[in-house]
Amino acid sequence: MSDSIAIELRDVVKRFGDVIAVDHVNLQIRDGEFFSLLGPSGCGKTSTLRMIAGFELPTAGSILIHGREMGITPPHLRPVNTVFQSYALFPHMTVAQNVAFGLEMRKKPKDEIARQVKEALELVRLSGLEERRPRQLSGGQQQRVALARALVNHPEVLLLDEPLGALDQKLRKEMQLELKSLQARVGITFVFVTHDQEEALTMSDRIAVMNKGKLLQVGTPTEIYERPNCRFVADFIGETNFIDGVVIGRDGNYTVLETPEGLRFRGLATRPLSDGTAVTYSIRPEKVRLLAPNGELPPNGLAGTVMTVNYIGSDTRITVRINDRRTIDIWEQNTRSTLDRDEYWQPGEAAVIVCPPDNALVLSE
Amino acid sequence: MATLQQQQQRRDRIRLALLLTPGLLWLLLFFALPLVIIFIYSFMTNDALGRVVYEPTLNNYVTIFTQSLYVNAYWRSIWTSVLTTVICLLIGYPLAVFIARSPQQWRMPLLMLILIPFWTNFLVRIYAWQIILANNGIINGLLEIIGIGRLPLLNNEGATLVGLIYGELPFMVLPLYAAIDRFDFTLMEAAADLGANKVQAFLRIMLPMTMPGIVAGSVLVFIPTLGQFVVSELLGGAKVDYLGNLIQRLFLRANPINWPLGSAMAVLMMLVLLVLIMMYFRVTSEEER
Repeated sequence: MSDSIAIELRDVVKRFGDVIAVDHVNLQIRDGEFFSLLGPSGCGKTSTLRMIAGFELPTAGSILIHGREMGITPPHLRPVNTVFQSYALFPHMTVAQNVAFGLEMRKKPKDEIARQVKEALELVRLSGLEERRPRQLSGGQQQRVALARALVNHPEVLLLDEPLGALDQKLRKEMQLELKSLQARVGITFVFVTHDQEEALTMSDRIAVMNKGKLLQVGTPTEIYERPNCRFVADFIGETNFIDGVVIGRDGNYTVLETPEGLRFRGLATRPLSDGTAVTYSIRPEKVRLLAPNGELPPNGLAGTVMTVNYIGSDTRITVRINDRRTIDIWEQNTRSTLDRDEYWQPGEAAVIVCPPDNALVLSE
Repeated sequence: MATLQQQQQRRDRIRLALLLTPGLLWLLLFFALPLVIIFIYSFMTNDALGRVVYEPTLNNYVTIFTQSLYVNAYWRSIWTSVLTTVICLLIGYPLAVFIARSPQQWRMPLLMLILIPFWTNFLVRIYAWQIILANNGIINGLLEIIGIGRLPLLNNEGATLVGLIYGELPFMVLPLYAAIDRFDFTLMEAAADLGANKVQAFLRIMLPMTMPGIVAGSVLVFIPTLGQFVVSELLGGAKVDYLGNLIQRLFLRANPINWPLGSAMAVLMMLVLLVLIMMYFRVTSEEER
């Protein structure tokens, strides 16, 4: 069950006039998976979702749901349901009527509809609000109605188009966890579209990162964050220090690059790179270490000057200048509970940064 | 001592009264008063010269309910108005959807095309239809050329209907457009997503949600159509009597003129309208529920 494929995209292309919204995407989404399509607005993630739902047809390529070629099957005959960004609840119907709609369309008997509507509303913790109209509900409650309305049909796949976008930050976090646990309970494949990388990392079993219609990387949240396969993914997911240079050789497992001003960095390359290739070195701020100078530079160390020190609660964010045109950001976790910041790094202080090569990546475009 | 809030409320009330007075006076003088006069006249009678004689009687109403001339006029006008309204709705709804779904920059020009005929006097436009439908008119000219031969298109009830639909269509399209423009078409996708085909999605979602536009458009078309007399006179050839024609004749041209009977017909027409529209609101608001 868990290794069968719920949705397969084969070389899918979508054009709107001259614009290529989705550019030769190949993708397999496994059964029971919480799968996120992540990317900036206009990256093609919503178009991809709409093609799965059947609201748009691919210009080329094919979409299979549980092995069945969808072709030009209209949305009402596809075994998927959608939670819309705007919820798209029917304003002239009560909560119960909204949830019952899909079952009525499938001509289920009345008593069964009543029972399933009740169950679905219990599932999303909305029991007691059956007779309310959508406009009488809060954003979070509307969100739950949209979920119940889709899930009550037991779709093979649930498509969610930025469903948390309209909620405030706190509610959003709550709904993220709730959605995740809901998905685990119902066991339905979720395909979740979002532009919020943190949301995708929190909720997903696997993430597909898209940009400009292209699928850049598919992987678990850890893989996407720790081993981005290109500069865009490294940049879009989390924060990172980028340093441009060219490959000048290898040192054991590591690829060595040199910057125009002659600094050398070591990191892991995601694929073999020949000497002279233009590359970008990437290291996450929390992976850089900051030491007091003791006369001798450690391996992978660089001398610099502390520029700014910003306390943000859980972390302290420090910027260190290493030469005329380069700074490195470093995040240090505030592990000691002390209010006495005088002994901490001060702007203007000399410091040494260490970039462990196992935590650094050498990325090519 | 009144509180500041009470003082302010009093001042607001005085301002409101001042603002409303001109409008209220106008309505009283030119709407309510004539209506009262018509109502009183409807219980009077006339003399051989057509003057109103102040002798209270119910004869006018008895006449209307017993003579087929009047009964038929009511039925004919109601039936024609229903037909006009339904056809305007059937033409106007798709048209309004088309305009509302057009690219933003096209919507205003398309609405203007609907409104442009209003720049010309209604009578002139109805005369234009005479030219189009006449025996030696444009359509018959074309029919002759393609070998079908001339058809009697003018001076019948069909011509009246065509003229009425032509004249009233904008009053249907504009409120429909307003309702459909507000309608969120994502809801149609949501319905399709939940297993509704196009017809089901329309009947269950779009129709009830655009019902206010349908009601407004229907009322706007139905009311003037029920009392009209110009179109049936100019295009229908005045062969059969509609309510408006009868009332107009009783007031202006009958020998002797009979204002009391005409007033009674007008009062009854208003009653008919009131009842029909209340029934209509009832049915459509149930639909919405």
